[in-house]
Amino acid sequence: MDQPIGDSDHGINLARGFGAVKQKAAVMEGQDIGTALKTAGMTLVSTVGGASGPLYGSAFMKGGMALAGKKEMNLDDFLYMLDAAVEAVKQRGKAVEEEATMLDAMCPSLGAMKAARDEGKAAAEVLAEGVKAAWAGAAHTKDLVATKGRASYVGERGLGHQDPGATSYSFMLEVVAGALK
Amino acid sequence: MVGIVIVSHSTHLAESVIEMAAVMAQDTPMAAAGGLEDGSFGTSFEKITAAIDSVYSDDGVLVLMDLGSAVMTTEMVLEMMPDRRVEMVDCPLVEGAIVAAIQAAGGADFEGIKESLKGVAGTRKF
Repeated sequence: MDQPIGDSDHGINLARGFGAVKQKAAVMEGQDIGTALKTAGMTLVSTVGGASGPLYGSAFMKGGMALAGKKEMNLDDFLYMLDAAVEAVKQRGKAVEEEATMLDAMCPSLGAMKAARDEGKAAAEVLAEGVKAAWAGAAHTKDLVATKGRASYVGERGLGHQDPGATSYSFMLEVVAGALK
Repeated sequence: MVGIVIVSHSTHLAESVIEMAAVMAQDTPMAAAGGLEDGSFGTSFEKITAAIDSVYSDDGVLVLMDLGSAVMTTEMVLEMMPDRRVEMVDCPLVEGAIVAAIQAAGGADFEGIKESLKGVAGTRKF
Protein backbone atom coordinates (compact mmCIF):
# COMPACT_ATOMS: atom_id res chain seq x y z
CA MET A 1 0.00 0.00 0.00
CA ASP A 2 2.86 2.41 0.65
CA GLN A 3 5.39 1.14 -1.88
CA PRO A 4 5.58 4.32 -4.02
CA ILE A 5 5.65 6.80 -1.14
CA GLY A 6 6.92 4.95 1.91
CA ASP A 7 8.94 1.96 3.03
CA SER A 8 6.61 -0.72 1.64
CA ASP A 9 5.70 -2.18 5.00
CA HIS A 10 2.19 -1.02 5.86
CA GLY A 11 0.23 -4.03 4.61
CA ILE A 12 2.82 -6.52 5.82
CA ASN A 13 2.99 -4.87 9.25
CA LEU A 14 -0.76 -4.79 9.70
CA ALA A 15 -1.15 -8.39 8.54
CA ARG A 16 1.40 -9.42 11.17
CA GLY A 17 -0.20 -7.24 13.85
CA PHE A 18 -3.79 -8.26 13.30
CA GLY A 19 -2.69 -11.87 12.81
CA ALA A 20 -1.30 -11.67 16.35
CA VAL A 21 -4.55 -10.08 17.57
CA LYS A 22 -6.48 -12.97 16.02
CA GLN A 23 -4.36 -15.42 18.00
CA LYS A 24 -5.45 -13.62 21.16
CA ALA A 25 -9.13 -14.14 20.29
CA ALA A 26 -9.58 -16.88 22.87
CA VAL A 27 -8.18 -14.65 25.63
CA MET A 28 -10.28 -11.69 24.52
CA GLU A 29 -13.47 -13.70 24.46
CA GLY A 30 -13.70 -13.70 28.24
CA GLN A 31 -12.88 -10.00 28.58
CA ASP A 32 -15.18 -6.97 28.68
CA ILE A 33 -15.06 -4.74 25.60
CA GLY A 34 -12.69 -2.22 27.14
CA THR A 35 -10.19 -4.87 28.19
CA ALA A 36 -10.46 -6.70 24.86
CA LEU A 37 -9.72 -3.48 22.96
CA LYS A 38 -6.76 -2.80 25.23
CA THR A 39 -5.48 -6.33 24.63
CA ALA A 40 -5.79 -5.77 20.89
CA GLY A 41 -4.02 -2.39 21.15
CA MET A 42 -1.16 -3.75 23.23
CA THR A 43 -0.76 -6.64 20.79
CA LEU A 44 -0.58 -4.21 17.84
CA VAL A 45 2.04 -2.08 19.59
CA SER A 46 4.14 -5.19 20.24
CA THR A 47 3.89 -6.77 16.82
CA VAL A 48 3.30 -4.24 14.01
CA GLY A 49 6.81 -2.76 13.92
CA GLY A 50 5.97 0.40 11.97
CA ALA A 51 4.35 3.70 12.89
CA SER A 52 0.90 2.17 12.47
CA GLY A 53 1.67 0.01 15.55
CA PRO A 54 1.83 2.87 18.05
CA LEU A 55 -0.91 4.73 16.14
CA TYR A 56 -3.52 1.97 15.86
CA GLY A 57 -2.28 0.57 19.17
CA SER A 58 -2.97 3.86 20.95
CA ALA A 59 -6.31 4.14 19.16
CA PHE A 60 -7.43 0.70 20.39
CA MET A 61 -6.05 1.25 23.90
CA LYS A 62 -7.65 4.68 24.37
CA GLY A 63 -10.84 3.41 22.72
CA GLY A 64 -10.77 0.57 25.23
CA MET A 65 -10.39 2.98 28.13
CA ALA A 66 -13.49 4.81 26.89
CA LEU A 67 -15.49 1.56 27.12
CA ALA A 68 -13.93 0.19 30.31
CA GLY A 69 -16.08 -2.48 31.93
CA LYS A 70 -18.71 -2.57 29.18
CA LYS A 71 -20.08 -5.96 28.16
CA GLU A 72 -22.22 -4.55 25.37
CA MET A 73 -21.78 -1.66 23.01
CA ASN A 74 -24.50 0.41 21.37
CA LEU A 75 -24.07 2.92 18.57
CA ASP A 76 -23.41 5.82 20.97
CA ASP A 77 -20.74 3.78 22.74
CA PHE A 78 -19.15 2.93 19.40
CA LEU A 79 -18.95 6.58 18.36
CA TYR A 80 -17.73 7.59 21.81
CA MET A 81 -14.98 4.98 21.48
CA LEU A 82 -14.02 6.37 18.06
CA ASP A 83 -13.80 9.88 19.51
CA ALA A 84 -11.21 8.57 21.95
CA ALA A 85 -9.44 6.67 19.17
CA VAL A 86 -9.20 9.76 16.95
CA GLU A 87 -7.83 11.80 19.85
CA ALA A 88 -5.26 9.09 20.55
CA VAL A 89 -4.03 9.10 16.95
CA LYS A 90 -3.82 12.90 16.88
CA GLN A 91 -1.85 12.90 20.09
CA ARG A 92 0.50 10.03 19.23
CA GLY A 93 1.15 11.20 15.68
CA LYS A 94 1.11 14.90 16.54
CA ALA A 95 -1.03 15.24 13.44
CA VAL A 96 -4.23 16.95 12.37
CA GLU A 97 -6.53 16.45 9.37
CA GLU A 98 -5.41 17.32 5.85
CA GLU A 99 -1.87 15.97 6.34
CA ALA A 100 -2.45 12.81 4.30
CA THR A 101 -2.72 10.38 7.21
CA MET A 102 -5.23 7.89 8.60
CA LEU A 103 -6.93 10.88 10.25
CA ASP A 104 -8.22 11.91 6.83
CA ALA A 105 -10.35 8.77 6.83
CA MET A 106 -11.04 8.62 10.57
CA CYS A 107 -12.29 12.18 11.07
CA PRO A 108 -14.71 12.56 8.14
CA SER A 109 -16.15 9.08 8.71
CA LEU A 110 -16.74 9.81 12.38
CA GLY A 111 -18.37 13.12 11.45
CA ALA A 112 -20.63 11.39 8.92
CA MET A 113 -21.61 8.70 11.41
CA LYS A 114 -22.47 11.23 14.11
CA ALA A 115 -24.60 13.17 11.63
CA ALA A 116 -26.39 9.99 10.56
CA ARG A 117 -26.94 8.99 14.19
CA ASP A 118 -28.40 12.42 14.93
CA GLU A 119 -30.80 11.95 12.02
CA GLY A 120 -32.03 8.84 13.82
CA LYS A 121 -30.70 6.30 11.34
CA ALA A 122 -30.16 2.68 12.34
CA ALA A 123 -26.69 1.44 13.24
CA ALA A 124 -26.12 -0.51 10.01
CA GLU A 125 -27.01 2.54 7.93
CA VAL A 126 -24.87 4.82 10.10
CA LEU A 127 -21.89 2.52 9.62
CA ALA A 128 -22.49 2.32 5.88
CA GLU A 129 -22.34 6.11 5.66
CA GLY A 130 -19.19 6.08 7.77
CA VAL A 131 -17.53 3.65 5.36
CA LYS A 132 -18.51 5.82 2.40
CA ALA A 133 -17.05 8.92 4.06
CA ALA A 134 -13.90 7.02 5.05
CA TRP A 135 -13.20 5.95 1.46
CA ALA A 136 -13.94 9.47 0.21
CA GLY A 137 -11.51 10.82 2.81
CA ALA A 138 -8.90 8.26 1.80
CA ALA A 139 -9.30 9.22 -1.86
CA HIS A 140 -8.90 12.88 -0.89
CA THR A 141 -5.40 12.14 0.45
CA LYS A 142 -4.31 11.82 -3.20
CA ASP A 143 -4.63 15.61 -3.42
CA LEU A 144 -2.62 16.25 -0.26
CA VAL A 145 1.11 16.66 0.25
CA ALA A 146 2.07 14.52 3.23
CA THR A 147 3.73 16.32 6.12
CA LYS A 148 3.93 13.34 8.47
CA GLY A 149 5.65 9.99 8.27
CA ARG A 150 7.80 8.52 5.52
CA ALA A 151 5.66 10.07 2.78
CA SER A 152 6.71 13.52 3.99
CA TYR A 153 10.21 12.82 2.64
CA VAL A 154 8.75 12.17 -0.80
CA GLY A 155 6.86 15.48 -0.63
CA GLU A 156 5.04 16.55 -3.76
CA ARG A 157 6.03 13.40 -5.62
CA GLY A 158 3.51 11.64 -3.38
CA LEU A 159 0.63 13.58 -4.91
CA GLY A 160 -1.81 11.25 -6.63
CA HIS A 161 -1.05 8.39 -4.24
CA GLN A 162 -3.62 7.39 -1.65
CA ASP A 163 -2.39 7.36 1.94
CA PRO A 164 -1.93 3.79 3.21
CA GLY A 165 -3.14 4.57 6.74
CA ALA A 166 -6.34 6.17 5.47
CA THR A 167 -6.80 3.13 3.23
CA SER A 168 -6.27 0.55 5.97
CA TYR A 169 -8.63 2.42 8.28
CA SER A 170 -11.32 2.44 5.60
CA PHE A 171 -10.92 -1.34 5.19
CA MET A 172 -11.24 -1.76 8.95
CA LEU A 173 -14.42 0.26 9.23
CA GLU A 174 -15.81 -1.65 6.25
CA VAL A 175 -15.28 -4.93 8.10
CA VAL A 176 -17.11 -3.58 11.17
CA ALA A 177 -19.95 -2.32 8.97
CA GLY A 178 -20.08 -5.69 7.20
CA ALA A 179 -20.61 -7.45 10.54
CA LEU A 180 -23.74 -5.37 11.16
CA LYS A 181 -25.43 -6.17 7.87
CA MET B 1 26.77 5.79 34.97
CA VAL B 2 24.04 6.99 32.63
CA GLY B 3 23.05 4.33 30.09
CA ILE B 4 22.43 4.93 26.39
CA VAL B 5 19.95 3.10 24.16
CA ILE B 6 19.96 3.41 20.38
CA VAL B 7 16.65 2.71 18.64
CA SER B 8 16.69 2.26 14.88
CA HIS B 9 14.62 0.58 12.18
CA SER B 10 17.76 -1.30 11.27
CA THR B 11 19.48 -3.93 13.43
CA HIS B 12 22.83 -3.17 11.85
CA LEU B 13 22.48 0.59 12.13
CA ALA B 14 21.67 0.47 15.86
CA GLU B 15 24.55 -1.92 16.58
CA SER B 16 27.01 0.01 14.45
CA VAL B 17 26.20 3.34 16.05
CA ILE B 18 26.99 1.78 19.40
CA GLU B 19 30.18 0.18 18.11
CA MET B 20 31.30 3.54 16.84
CA ALA B 21 30.45 5.38 20.05
CA ALA B 22 32.09 2.68 22.15
CA VAL B 23 35.46 3.28 20.48
CA MET B 24 35.73 6.43 22.56
CA ALA B 25 33.73 5.27 25.56
CA GLN B 26 34.18 1.57 26.29
CA ASP B 27 32.78 1.82 29.80
CA THR B 28 29.45 3.45 28.98
CA PRO B 29 26.53 1.04 29.27
CA MET B 30 24.96 1.04 25.81
CA ALA B 31 22.33 -1.18 24.22
CA ALA B 32 20.95 -1.46 20.71
CA ALA B 33 17.27 -1.87 19.88
CA GLY B 34 17.32 -2.16 16.11
CA GLY B 35 14.86 -3.81 13.76
CA LEU B 36 12.24 -6.42 14.49
CA GLU B 37 12.68 -9.80 16.21
CA ASP B 38 13.22 -11.53 12.85
CA GLY B 39 15.87 -9.00 11.84
CA SER B 40 13.69 -7.15 9.32
CA PHE B 41 13.26 -3.39 9.31
CA GLY B 42 10.99 -1.84 11.91
CA THR B 43 10.91 -0.95 15.58
CA SER B 44 10.10 -3.39 18.32
CA PHE B 45 8.41 -2.51 21.61
CA GLU B 46 9.96 -5.60 23.23
CA LYS B 47 13.48 -4.92 21.96
CA ILE B 48 13.36 -1.32 23.17
CA THR B 49 12.06 -2.39 26.58
CA ALA B 50 14.75 -5.07 26.89
CA ALA B 51 17.50 -2.66 25.81
CA ILE B 52 16.47 -0.10 28.44
CA ASP B 53 16.28 -2.83 31.11
CA SER B 54 19.76 -4.06 30.20
CA VAL B 55 21.50 -0.72 30.83
CA TYR B 56 19.19 0.76 33.46
CA SER B 57 20.45 2.12 36.77
CA ASP B 58 19.36 4.91 39.11
CA ASP B 59 21.59 7.22 37.08
CA GLY B 60 19.05 6.92 34.28
CA VAL B 61 18.94 6.02 30.60
CA LEU B 62 18.83 8.31 27.58
CA VAL B 63 17.28 6.97 24.40
CA LEU B 64 18.29 8.19 20.94
CA MET B 65 16.12 7.21 17.99
CA ASP B 66 16.09 7.42 14.22
CA LEU B 67 12.69 8.42 12.81
CA GLY B 68 8.94 7.81 12.72
CA SER B 69 7.89 4.65 14.51
CA ALA B 70 11.21 4.58 16.39
CA VAL B 71 10.05 7.74 18.15
CA MET B 72 6.44 6.66 18.63
CA THR B 73 7.26 3.15 19.82
CA THR B 74 9.86 4.46 22.27
CA GLU B 75 7.30 6.97 23.53
CA MET B 76 4.93 4.10 24.32
CA VAL B 77 7.67 2.08 26.03
CA LEU B 78 8.47 5.06 28.27
CA GLU B 79 4.80 5.52 29.13
CA MET B 80 4.86 1.96 30.50
CA MET B 81 7.73 2.81 32.89
CA PRO B 82 6.61 6.13 34.45
CA ASP B 83 8.62 5.66 37.64
CA ARG B 84 11.92 5.26 35.85
CA ARG B 85 14.44 7.88 34.89
CA VAL B 86 14.35 7.34 31.14
CA GLU B 87 13.98 10.02 28.47
CA MET B 88 14.14 10.35 24.70
CA VAL B 89 16.52 12.90 23.25
CA ASP B 90 15.87 14.68 19.95
CA CYS B 91 19.25 14.90 18.25
CA PRO B 92 21.26 13.52 15.30
CA LEU B 93 21.73 9.81 15.98
CA VAL B 94 25.42 9.25 15.30
CA GLU B 95 26.79 12.51 16.65
CA GLY B 96 24.41 12.36 19.60
CA ALA B 97 25.43 8.82 20.49
CA ILE B 98 29.11 9.72 20.45
CA VAL B 99 28.61 12.85 22.56
CA ALA B 100 26.36 11.01 25.03
CA ALA B 101 28.67 8.02 25.36
CA ILE B 102 31.76 10.13 25.98
CA GLN B 103 29.97 12.38 28.44
CA ALA B 104 28.58 9.40 30.34
CA ALA B 105 32.00 7.75 30.50
CA GLY B 106 33.40 11.04 31.84
CA GLY B 107 30.92 10.96 34.68
CA ALA B 108 28.40 13.52 33.42
CA ASP B 109 24.95 13.08 34.94
CA PHE B 110 21.56 12.64 33.25
CA GLU B 111 20.71 16.34 33.03
CA GLY B 112 24.26 17.27 32.04
CA ILE B 113 24.25 14.89 29.07
CA LYS B 114 20.81 16.09 27.98
CA GLU B 115 22.14 19.63 28.02
CA SER B 116 25.17 18.67 25.91
CA LEU B 117 22.95 16.90 23.40
CA LYS B 118 20.94 20.08 22.84
CA GLY B 119 23.99 21.54 21.16
CA VAL B 120 24.51 18.57 18.83
CA ALA B 121 21.79 19.44 16.32
CA GLY B 122 23.22 22.92 15.86
CA THR B 123 26.82 21.80 15.39
CA ARG B 124 27.82 22.24 11.75
CA LYS B 125 30.02 19.72 10.01
CA PHE B 126 31.70 22.31 7.81
